[in-house]
Amino acid sequence: MKGSLAVYRGLIDGGINFICSVPCANLKNLLNLIESERKIFHLPTTREEEAFGICAGAYLSGKKTAILMQNSGLGNSINAIASLYKVYQIPTLLIISHRGLLKEQIPAQIPMGLWTEKLLDVCEIPFFKPKNPEEAYKIILEGAKYMDKISYPVAILLDALYWEYDNDVKK
Amino acid sequence: MRRIEVIKKIVENVKDNEIIVSNIGVPSKELYYLKDRDRNFYMLGSMGLASSIGLGIALNCNEKVIVIDGDGSILMNLGTLSTISYSGVKNLILVVVDNSVYGSTGNQKTHTSKNTNIKKIAEGCGLDSVEVNNLEDFEKEFKKSLNTDKCRVIIAKTIPYNEKVPNIDIPPVMIKFRFMNSLVEK
Repeated sequence: MKGSLAVYRGLIDGGINFICSVPCANLKNLLNLIESERKIFHLPTTREEEAFGICAGAYLSGKKTAILMQNSGLGNSINAIASLYKVYQIPTLLIISHRGLLKEQIPAQIPMGLWTEKLLDVCEIPFFKPKNPEEAYKIILEGAKYMDKISYPVAILLDALYWEYDNDVKK
Repeated sequence: MRRIEVIKKIVENVKDNEIIVSNIGVPSKELYYLKDRDRNFYMLGSMGLASSIGLGIALNCNEKVIVIDGDGSILMNLGTLSTISYSGVKNLILVVVDNSVYGSTGNQKTHTSKNTNIKKIAEGCGLDSVEVNNLEDFEKEFKKSLNTDKCRVIIAKTIPYNEKVPNIDIPPVMIKFRFMNSLVEK
């Protein structure tokens, strides 16, 4: 649980108080933590682009938002990032489970896995790749401030090696 | 019934503190032309997300939030009806102006022109929905929705028609800031 706990604490201490999510197996523990946290309003959504829309509305009414998602959902969100988040200058923190890299077993995950950083580059979304829970906590805390400075999304990419920290026996 | 007539009834009946989110394209321009106000949020891109933006606002304020959406946009983000219902939001009124065409792009038919029924889909998601075919019924249902502590979906069946109105000349960031300031002020 170390990996999920660090992300969770980063979100809480970073002042995130509104979250939309589309699940991923790697986000399972984090979603359970968020679901039982009263400081954060959490709404599960049907697809990632919808989450971008709802979080934009929550931001307009004063909330500090985050989206929990798998990198596969980035593709269906590109137009919202361009014509909503870029055009109106809207921040949000993207907590992305990055599938399709080392340790991946599912062939269908690999293309989006390899394209994710390039897509974020195209969208001019700064991204950070914490390697352990300590880094994740620090980066999420700072990312939650930075997104407001740039008035634009900031992404945190958490790959399969990071999620090994949720395996308490191993680490 | 034309969309601009529906929007006119909306602006005639909303109180100053109530919030309007309008859909991409001509609907936003028609609202801007009829009555520009700080608590209007004109969505200029991101087709399909007007109802999602409205939901995000409504979950975080006490005032009624009215979304002026269209059949084409709802069809692009059908999951929104499910999420709105699941969220338990009470202060959202979703007006779906259903003219059975993509009116801003040259009146290509949408699936509601054949056999898709948005009222039934909304009901299937657990939402209180009503379909109206004339302006009098629309105003009656809209007033009822404003005075009910419950999320409602009003499907207003209209003919395809775009009023000749100018583009919105406010920069998007200005639309955002004045909207956000108006929520903080009161």
